[in-house]
Amino acid sequence: MSTGKYKWIGTRVDRPDGADKVTGRARFGADFNMPGQLIGRVLRSPHAHAIIKSVDTSAAEKLPGVKAVVTAKDLPEQPNVIVPAGEMQVNLRDITRNILAREKVLFEGHPIAAVAATTDAIAKQAVELIKVEYEVLPHVIDVTEAMKPGAPVLHDHLITEGVKPAPTKASNIAKRMDNTKGDFEAGLKQAEIVVEREYTTQAVHQGYIEPHATLASAAEDGQVQLWSTTQGHFQVRGFVSRLLGIETSQIRVTPSEIGGGFGGKTVVYLEPIAVRLSQKSGKPVKMVMTREEVFRASGPAPGGTVRVKLGAKKDGTIVAAECEIALQAGAFPGSPLGPACWTSFACYDIPNIKVVGFDVVSNRPKVAAYRAPGAPISAWGVESTLDVLALELGMDPIDLRLKNAAKKGTKTSYGPTFDTIGFVETLEAVKKSAHYKTPPKPGYARGVAAGFWFNVGADSSAASHVAEDGTVTVISGNPDIGGSRASLALMAAEELGVDYSKVRPIIADTSSIGFNFVTGGSRVTFATGLAVVNSVRDMIRELKVRAAKTWGVDPDAVIWEDGVAKPAGSNVGEFEPLTLSQLAATAGKTGGPINGHAQLNAQGAGPGFGVHVVDLKVDRDTGCVHIDRYTAAQDVGTAIHPSYVEGQIQGGAVQGIGWALNEEYIYNAKGRLDNAGFLDYRMPVASDLPMIDALVVEVPNPHHPYGVRGVGEVPIVPPLAAVGNAVARSINIRMTDLPLSPPRLSAAIDAATPKMAAE
Amino acid sequence: MAKMHITTTINGEPTEFLCDPQQSMLDVLRDNLGLTGSKEGCGSGDCGACSITLDGRLVCACLMLAPEAEGKKIETVEGIAKGDQLHPLQKKFVEFAALQCGICTPGVLVAAKALLEKNNNPTETEVRFWLAGNLCRCTGYDKIIRAVMDVAADMRGAAR
Ligand code: FES
Ligand code: FES
Repeated sequence: MSTGKYKWIGTRVDRPDGADKVTGRARFGADFNMPGQLIGRVLRSPHAHAIIKSVDTSAAEKLPGVKAVVTAKDLPEQPNVIVPAGEMQVNLRDITRNILAREKVLFEGHPIAAVAATTDAIAKQAVELIKVEYEVLPHVIDVTEAMKPGAPVLHDHLITEGVKPAPTKASNIAKRMDNTKGDFEAGLKQAEIVVEREYTTQAVHQGYIEPHATLASAAEDGQVQLWSTTQGHFQVRGFVSRLLGIETSQIRVTPSEIGGGFGGKTVVYLEPIAVRLSQKSGKPVKMVMTREEVFRASGPAPGGTVRVKLGAKKDGTIVAAECEIALQAGAFPGSPLGPACWTSFACYDIPNIKVVGFDVVSNRPKVAAYRAPGAPISAWGVESTLDVLALELGMDPIDLRLKNAAKKGTKTSYGPTFDTIGFVETLEAVKKSAHYKTPPKPGYARGVAAGFWFNVGADSSAASHVAEDGTVTVISGNPDIGGSRASLALMAAEELGVDYSKVRPIIADTSSIGFNFVTGGSRVTFATGLAVVNSVRDMIRELKVRAAKTWGVDPDAVIWEDGVAKPAGSNVGEFEPLTLSQLAATAGKTGGPINGHAQLNAQGAGPGFGVHVVDLKVDRDTGCVHIDRYTAAQDVGTAIHPSYVEGQIQGGAVQGIGWALNEEYIYNAKGRLDNAGFLDYRMPVASDLPMIDALVVEVPNPHHPYGVRGVGEVPIVPPLAAVGNAVARSINIRMTDLPLSPPRLSAAIDAATPKMAAE
Repeated sequence: MAKMHITTTINGEPTEFLCDPQQSMLDVLRDNLGLTGSKEGCGSGDCGACSITLDGRLVCACLMLAPEAEGKKIETVEGIAKGDQLHPLQKKFVEFAALQCGICTPGVLVAAKALLEKNNNPTETEVRFWLAGNLCRCTGYDKIIRAVMDVAADMRGAAR
C-alpha cells in the first residue's frame, strides 16, 4: 500500500461517522420526523399496460384524516427535453410520467395518485378509495419480444433514434447506437479461429437495504425543505425545481445518511409528490416506500441480450471483435446502453471492433443506474466468449488476456486513448497470487474474468474552515455511502500536514455549499477529493498570507510544511514556525476568519480495471453452486483508506456473484412481478460466501494529486463471467443465460446427461 | 380501536407504551418511542435490519406484535453501548470497516452480540449461518465476519 510515501493516506483510520453508525444514532431517510407531519402513500397500477380512462379521488378526499390528494394533474406538463440524471439521462416529459402516470400506466407498480393523511392507516385506506378506470392493453415484458414487429407499442411517438432513414412507424426500439474501430469484416478475414455466442441476462435490483424515504415541508411563503435519502441532494433539488416549477433557491435539500444506493438513489420518485402533498395540505409530509414498492417501481438494472463474435490468431491475438447488445430500458427510453457498448472491449487492444446497441422499452419499471451501469451485461458476453476462445486455443485465460491487454496508448473503440492504466499490472498480480498459483481443490473448477469502468469526474465544490482553536472543518456535498468522509478527511489531513483527528468532514445541504454532482460513477474520492484538496490549498494560501502579516514579510517568503508556516529561507529572517492554532488565535488581527474554497469540473478520472478469480463446484443433483475461494484484483490508483477500498471491491464482487447465481426479476403471464420481496428475490447472504480476497493494485492516476482512481464500480463487472466460466469448466456446459440458479443448472445438467435407461 | 397499554423493559429501562393491537414492535420502537436505531428494510422478516432480542432471544421486530412485549425484556442497538463505552463489537466494526452505508449495522450488531453470548468460540461457518438472516448489500460480509470472529477471540483471551 501507499504507506511510507504519505503520513495519512493509506492508513486505516476510524471513520468520522463510525460511532454514530454503530449505536443507532445516525439518522437515515426514514428516521426524520417533523411535528404535525402527515404520512403519504401512493396508489400504484395493478396492470402492466393500460389506458387510464379516469381517476376519481372524491371518496378518498372525503375520508376523515385525509389532508391532500395528488394526481398527475398536480404536476405541470414537461417538455420533450433530455437532461442528465446521475450517470444516466432522462427525458423530462418521461420522468414526470414515471413519477405520476398520465395517459397510460406502463408497468405494474406505476404510481397514479398519492394521498397525505394524519396516520399511515388512514393514508392506506384512502389509497384504496381512489377509483381508477382502466382499459387494459396487451403488454410486453421481454426485450426480444418487444423488438419484434407487431409487439404492443408503449409510446405512439417513439421513433427509433440513430437509424437512417428514420423509421416512419413507432416501435419499442428507442435508439440504435454503434461504435467502430478499424474494419471488423476485414479483420475477421485474418482470423484463424472464430468463436461466437449469444447470451441473456435478467433485470436485477440494486438491493439497497434502506427503502426510498423523504420528508417534505413546504411553507406558506413558497420555501421548501426536504430531507431525503439520496445519492445526490443537488439532483433532488434540481428535479423538484423543474418538475414542480419552483425556483431552485427556494428549495433546500438535506441528505440523510444513506442506506445504500448503488446508483438506484440517483432518481427521484417520492420527492416531487411529497412536496406537492405538503404544498396542498400545508403540513410536512413523510413518505417511505415499502420493500415491495422498491422492487416494483424503483431501480432496477436492465436485463438484456448480448451476442459476441471474436476472431483470433492461433497464438491468441484477437484481430476482430463484434458485440451486439439490446438492453431493457423499462417503461421509458434510457437504459445504460452507451456504457454497455463502450466498455464491452475496453479491456483489450483489438484493431478491428464493431459494437451495435439497442435501447428497448417494455412494460417494466424504468431502469436506473446500478454500479458500472450496463458494463456487467456486455462483460458477461465478452468475457464468457473469451473463455470459450481460451479453451479452444488451450491457453491460460490470464495469458490470453495479457496477450491482448489494453495499455497506455491503446485507442478505445469509443474514442479516447488510454493514459497510464493498470490492466497489465492487475492481470500480473493475479497470476502471481497465491490463489492462482494453487490449483483448485479436487472437485472444484476455476473461472477468470476481467472488467472495466471509466470512472467519472464532473462537478464538485468544497470548503475548508479553520476554527478558532486551529482545528479544521472540511465541507463538501456528496452523501457518504461507504466511507467517503474518511477518505476526504485523510486527503485534507495529508495536504495540511495535521493530525487526521483535527479534520472534521461535513456533508452540507444544498444551501450550504456549492453544487455537487451525485455520489456515483466512482467519482467522490476522485472529484470531490480533488475539490477538498484544492480548498485546503486555498486555505493554506491564506494561512501563508496570515503568517506573512504576522512576520511583516511577503507571502511568497512563507512556506507551509508539516502543518506549520515557516520562512521560505534564512534570508527571510529568523521566525519561529506558526502552527494552525497560533494562526487561528490571531486571525482576528490578521484579516478575519481563515477559510478556503474550491469548485471544479474534474477531468481525468483514471479508468479502473479488475480481474476476478473464483473456484467453485456445482452440485450435480441440486444445481447449487458452492464457492470455495474468490479473489478480486483491481487497480485502484492509490488506496486512500485501504479498508474501504477493499470493502468496495468485496461488496461489488458479491453483488456480481448474486447477479450471476440467483438474482432476477420474474414476471407472470399478466406482466406482474412475482418476486417483489427479499425472500423470493434471492440476494447473497453470509452463508453463501467465502471470504473475498481483495487484491489491491496501485497504479496512480496521473490526473489526481494523490493518484486516486474511482473504485466502486469496477468490481461488479467481472463476477458474472468469472462465475459462468468456472461453471462451464466445472460441468462442461457453457451456460449462456443468467442467472445460473439451481433450477436452471440442474435442467442443463439433466439435458446433457445421457438418460440412465436402466434406472 | 382502543389502544393497549403495555408495560415492558427496553434496554434495562422500565417502559410503558400505548399501541394498537396489530402494531408491530418495530413501529412502536421507531414511531412511538423514538428508538430509530432499529431499521426497516423489508417489514417481512427477510432482512434482519430490525433485529432485537426478546428475553435474550433474537427476533425480527417487524414480525413481532407490540403487545407481545408485555412483561418481557427487550434489547435494541441503542442498548449495546454502556454509558460512553462502546461495546467491543461496536469498536471492532468501526476499526475493521465492517460497515459501509451502515443501515444493516444495528441489526447485525444485535445478532452478533446474541451469538457471542451463546457461543464465544464460533467457527467461521457458524458465524456465517448465524448472520445469514441479516442482509448486507454493501460489504460482501467479509469484514463483518472477520470483526465478529476477532471479537470472539478477544473475549476468549480476556476470559483466560
Ligand atoms: S425489517 Fe424486519 S426483517 Fe426486514
Ligand atoms: S453496510 Fe450497507 S447494507 Fe450493510
